[in-house]
Amino acid sequence: MGQTFTGSAPMQRQSPLRHFSNLLYRRPNLYLSLLLIPPLLWFGAIYLGSLLGLLWQGFYTFDDFSMTVTPDLTLANFGALFNPANFDVIRRTLTMAVAVSIASAIVAFPIAYYMARYTTGKTKAFFYIAVMMPMWASYIVKAYAWTLLLAKGGVAQWFVQHLGLAPVLQWLLSAPGIGGSTLSTSHLGRFMVFVYIWLPFMILPIQASLERLPPSLLHASADLGATPRQTFMQVILPLSVPGIAAGSIFTFSLTLGDFIVPQLVGPPGYFIGSMVYAQQGAIGNMPMAAAFTLVPIVLIAIYLAIVKRLGAFDAL
Amino acid sequence: MHSEKASWGLKIAAWGGLVFLHFPILIIFVYAFNTEDAAFSFPPKGFTLKWISVAFARPDVLESIKLSLQIACVATLIALVLGTLASAALYRRDFFGKDGISLMLILPIALPGIITGLALLSAFKALGIEPGMFTIIVGHATFCVVIVYNNVIARLRRTSHSLIEASMDLGADGWQTFRYIIMPNLGSALLAGGMLAFALSFDEIIVTTFTAGHERTLPIWLLNQLSRPRDVPVTNVVAMLVMMVTMLPILGAYYLTRGGESVAGSGGK
Repeated sequence: MGQTFTGSAPMQRQSPLRHFSNLLYRRPNLYLSLLLIPPLLWFGAIYLGSLLGLLWQGFYTFDDFSMTVTPDLTLANFGALFNPANFDVIRRTLTMAVAVSIASAIVAFPIAYYMARYTTGKTKAFFYIAVMMPMWASYIVKAYAWTLLLAKGGVAQWFVQHLGLAPVLQWLLSAPGIGGSTLSTSHLGRFMVFVYIWLPFMILPIQASLERLPPSLLHASADLGATPRQTFMQVILPLSVPGIAAGSIFTFSLTLGDFIVPQLVGPPGYFIGSMVYAQQGAIGNMPMAAAFTLVPIVLIAIYLAIVKRLGAFDAL
Repeated sequence: MHSEKASWGLKIAAWGGLVFLHFPILIIFVYAFNTEDAAFSFPPKGFTLKWISVAFARPDVLESIKLSLQIACVATLIALVLGTLASAALYRRDFFGKDGISLMLILPIALPGIITGLALLSAFKALGIEPGMFTIIVGHATFCVVIVYNNVIARLRRTSHSLIEASMDLGADGWQTFRYIIMPNLGSALLAGGMLAFALSFDEIIVTTFTAGHERTLPIWLLNQLSRPRDVPVTNVVAMLVMMVTMLPILGAYYLTRGGESVAGSGGK
C-alpha cells in the first residue's frame, strides 16, 4: 500500500478540494469520524435519546384523580403490568404472535421449498418478485383489503357460499377461543389477516436457507438408502430450521407490536399495541404507556435468545 | 432417490400460496372500478372510471397526497445522506463499536413501531416541539436510513477495492476517485435505496399516528375512513393509488440491483 503519490507534486498548485481530499486520505481516522458524526448525532441524540427518555418515563407517577403525571419515581407502573387485566392483554397478544408464527412457517415452507429446489432463472426471478411485491405493498391497504374481503356480503362470504362451506365456517366460528359471530369479528379472522400480512417475511429467510443446502448432501442421503420422505424429515427439515427461526423473528415481533389490525378485524379487547396507544392518547397515562412498551422489548429479547440457539442469526 | 420433478401437492401449495399473497391486492384493483356505492358486495356489478375523478376532486384527498409526497421526499433525502455516510464508514474498516452502530441503525425497524413512535412523541413533548410535518419527517427519516444503508453497503462490498486503488495510482485524488469511480458504481444502488425508502415513508402508519399531531398523511386519511365507513368508493381509489406507489418501487429496485453475484472490477463475470 504505502503513501499516496497524488499529494507529492509540489510544482502543481493544489485546489482546496484536492488538498482536502488528500488530507482525508492521509488521516483515515479524521475521515472516519467525519463520515460517522452526522449519522451518530441523528441516531444518538434523536433515537436513542428518546428511547431512554421513554424508559425513564415508565418510572414516573400518574395520579388517577387529577390525571396528571409527576416526576416522582416509582415501580408501580411495571408492577401494574401483572394486574389480571393487563396480564390478559399480554397473554392474548403473545398467544396470537406464537400462533401466527407457527402458521406462517407452515404456509411459507412449501412456497420457499418449491422456489429453492424446483425453480431456476426466470421462474425463480418471477417467484422472488411475486413474494417481494406483497411484502412491500402498502401495509394499511392490505389491512383494508381484508376488511373488504371479510365484510358481510363480501368476497369471503361469496366463496364460502358457492363452495358449500357455510356449515364448516359455522362450526369453526362456534369453536371456543377462536370463534366469533362473523369472520370479521372473530379471532380466526384476525389471525388470517396477520398470517397474510407477515407471510412474505417468513418465505424469504426459509428460501435463503434452503438455497444454501448443497445438492450433494441430498444425493448422499439417497445413495445411503433414504427414501425421499426420510431425506426430507432428517436432512432438509433440520437444515432449514435456522431459516424458519429467522423468519419467525419478523412474524413474532411484528405481530407483537401491531395495533392497526386488532383495531380493524377481530373481537374487542386490547392488544399490547392498542393498549399503549390508548394509554398515551385517550387516557393520557404516559408512564403506563411507557411501561407497556417494555413488554414487547423484553419478549422480543427473550425470543431472540431462544432463536439464536437455533442458528437464526446465521440465516438472516 | 430424489426426483427432479416437484410433486403435484407441492406445486399446488406453492402456486396456491402465490395466489393467496396476491388475491387481496387484486381485490383492491377490482373494487376501485366498481359501479356500486357501497362497494363491499361481491362479485362487482359493473365497471366505471367515475370514482377516480371523484377522488381526485376531493380537497382532503389532494391535501393528504401532497403532504405524504413532501414528507416522503424530505425523509428520503435525509436517509440518502445519512445512510450513505454510515455505509461508507462501516464497510471496510473495523473499529470499536462498529457492531453497536450497525445494530443501532437496524433498531428503528426491528423494534415495533409503537416503541419508536411513542419514544419520539414523548421526546417531542418534553422538548416542547409541536407535532406536525417536521416531527413526521424526523420519524420517517430515522427508519428509512437502514434501507439506504443496506443497499449502499451491499454495493460497496461488491465493488472491488482495487478499482479505487487503481484510480489513486493513476493520479486521481480522493475527490476525483469519488466522482468518477465510486459514484458511478453507487448510482443505481442509491436510486434503488431511495425508491424503497420513499415507498416505506409513503406508506408508514404506526410511527406516524404518534408523531403526526393534527396532520393527516395519506395512510392516516385511509385509517380514518375505515373507522367511519362512508364514501367507500373514494377510499377504494385512494387505496389503489397507495398500493401502486408502494409496489412499483420494488420492481424498479429489483431491476437496478440484480446481478448480485459478480463483483465489479474483480474480473469476474
